[in-house]
Amino acid sequence: MSTPASQAPPSSPAKPPSKPPSKPLPEPTPETQPFWDGCGRGELVIQRCLDCGKPYFYPRPVCPECGSVNVEWFTATGRATLYSYVINHRPARGFENDGPYAIAVVQLAEGPRMMTNIIGIPNTPEELVLDMELQVAFEKRGEMSIPVFGPAAGEKSL
Amino acid sequence: MSRERGVIIAGAAETSSVGKLPDYSTLQLHLEGAVNAVADAGLTMRDIDGIATVSAPGPMQVAHALGITPAWMDGTAVGGTSFLLHVRHAAAAIRAGYASTILVTHGESGRSRVGAAPFPRGSSSMPGQFEAPYGTVGPTSAFTIPALRYMKEYGLTHEQLAYVAVAQRKWAARNPRAMFRDLITVDDVLSSRVVAWPFHLLECCLVTDGGGALVVTSADRAGDFPKPAVHVLGTGESMDAPMISQMADFTESKAFRLAGQAALAEAGITTADVDHLMIYDAFAHVPIYGLEALGFTAKGEAGAFIAAGNTEPGGRLPLNTNGGGLSYTHTGMYGMFAIQEGVRQVRGEAAAQVPDVDISVVVGNGGMFASSGVLVLGREPR
Repeated sequence: MSTPASQAPPSSPAKPPSKPPSKPLPEPTPETQPFWDGCGRGELVIQRCLDCGKPYFYPRPVCPECGSVNVEWFTATGRATLYSYVINHRPARGFENDGPYAIAVVQLAEGPRMMTNIIGIPNTPEELVLDMELQVAFEKRGEMSIPVFGPAAGEKSL
Repeated sequence: MSRERGVIIAGAAETSSVGKLPDYSTLQLHLEGAVNAVADAGLTMRDIDGIATVSAPGPMQVAHALGITPAWMDGTAVGGTSFLLHVRHAAAAIRAGYASTILVTHGESGRSRVGAAPFPRGSSSMPGQFEAPYGTVGPTSAFTIPALRYMKEYGLTHEQLAYVAVAQRKWAARNPRAMFRDLITVDDVLSSRVVAWPFHLLECCLVTDGGGALVVTSADRAGDFPKPAVHVLGTGESMDAPMISQMADFTESKAFRLAGQAALAEAGITTADVDHLMIYDAFAHVPIYGLEALGFTAKGEAGAFIAAGNTEPGGRLPLNTNGGGLSYTHTGMYGMFAIQEGVRQVRGEAAAQVPDVDISVVVGNGGMFASSGVLVLGREPR
C-alpha cells in the first residue's frame, strides 16, 4: 500500500470562519421516531425480532431476516467497530469548516451496521484504523441528536 | 434461447455527440437518441409499439414527444442500470405478445443539467435520515465507502486501484468520442487530487451530457434490418441495498453476482465463452467487484488481474473498450452507454474493435451497488 498522507492537500479553510449553513437534519417518520427519541435521551435504540432473534437497523416494522412483524425496540450497548470509510474532501452543506471528514460505516456489537461520523480523533488514514473499537456519542444539532462514534476507552484519542 | 422465442437488438445509437452539451435538455437527448436508433434500425416511429425509459422525464413524455402511442410501457427506474432491465422487460413483453418493436431511451443532461430532474434528497427518506446527516455528497462520498474494507480483506493496493483508470484510458485513447484520451500512469492517478480518500479524481467517473436508445424486437426478424442483429441471449436483474451503509457485504456485490448468474445461465454460457465485457465503472473499484461477482476471477484477484494487463488492449478479456465512465462519458445513468458498446463490439463497428466478438456481457450498476442488470449479447442465436 502506498502512503496516502502525501496525497492530502493541506487543510486550509478557504473562507474566514463565518457561521456555516447548518448540517443536514433528519426528519423522523412514524416508524423511525423511537430511534430518534432514544438519541435525544442519549441512548442508541434499535430493533430486534422476537421470532428469530435478529437485531436490525435501520428502523422498520418488519424483520428483514424472517418477515415477522413481531419486533421490539431495545437499547444497544453503543459499542461498535470501524467497518469502512472514506475521508471526504468535498464538503456537504454545513461541513465546510470541518476540513476533510470521515464518512464511516460502523458495525455495532449487536451486528447491524450504520453510517456515522468519527469524533475525538483526527480523521486521517493513519488514525482511522479499520476494526478499531468505538463507542457511540450524540451530537446535538438543532432539536435533534445525531449518533456519532469516537474511540472507546482504552483506544488512543486526542 | 431458440430463434422462435429469441429477441434481438435491431437498432442502437447514441446521441450524435456526448460530452458537454449545454444546448440540449434531458428530453432532447432522449429524442435525439431515439431518432438515431430508429434510423439505425431502418424503421420509422410508426413502427414502434412499446417504450421503456427511466422515470424522469418518463416513458409517457418521451413517447408523446415522438408521436408514439405505445401498447406497452415500462418506467423502471432503479438507477443507471435501468436500461439493462428495460431490455430484459422488453424481451419478456415481446415473448408475451404485448408489443413487437420496443424503443428503450436514455438522455441525461448530467453535466449541464438543462431540464434535468432535481436530485432527490428528502430529509424524511431513509437515506435522508440515516446517511445525509453524516455529510454525504452524492456518489463520490458514498459509493466509494466499501473499497477500504475490500482493500483490507484482500490486499488490493492503491496502485492496483489506480491501474483500473490507467487500463481504461488505453481504450479511450482509441475512441475519438472519448472525453479523455491522453494516456496516464499510476503516478498520474495517485497524484491527482483526493476526492474521497482512498479515491483520487482520476478514479472517479466523468460527469457529462448525452443519451442513446435501442430498438428491441423478435429474433424471427433478424436479417430484416440494415445492421447485423445482436441477439439477447440471456438477462438477469437483482438488487442489494438502497443505501450503501446497508450493503450486505462490503467486499462483494450481491446484485452483480445474482444478476450475472441469471444472465449466464439463461444464455447457457460460462465466463470462458465471453469475448468482450462491459462493467459499469462509476469508480475504479466497481470493475473489480464486477469481475469477481461474475466469476471472471477468484475473489480478491481482480485488482491484480487488471494490473497484469488482462483487460486492456491486447489482453485476453477486453473490458470497457469505449473507455468507460472513467474516460469515455458518464451522464449519471451510464448503463445505456455500456449496452451501446456491447452492441457495437458484437456488430464489429466499435472504435476500438476487438477481433471476433461472438459474445459480449454487459454488467450494469444502479444506485451505489444497489441494483444490477446483466445482459449477454451474441452474434448468433443459441
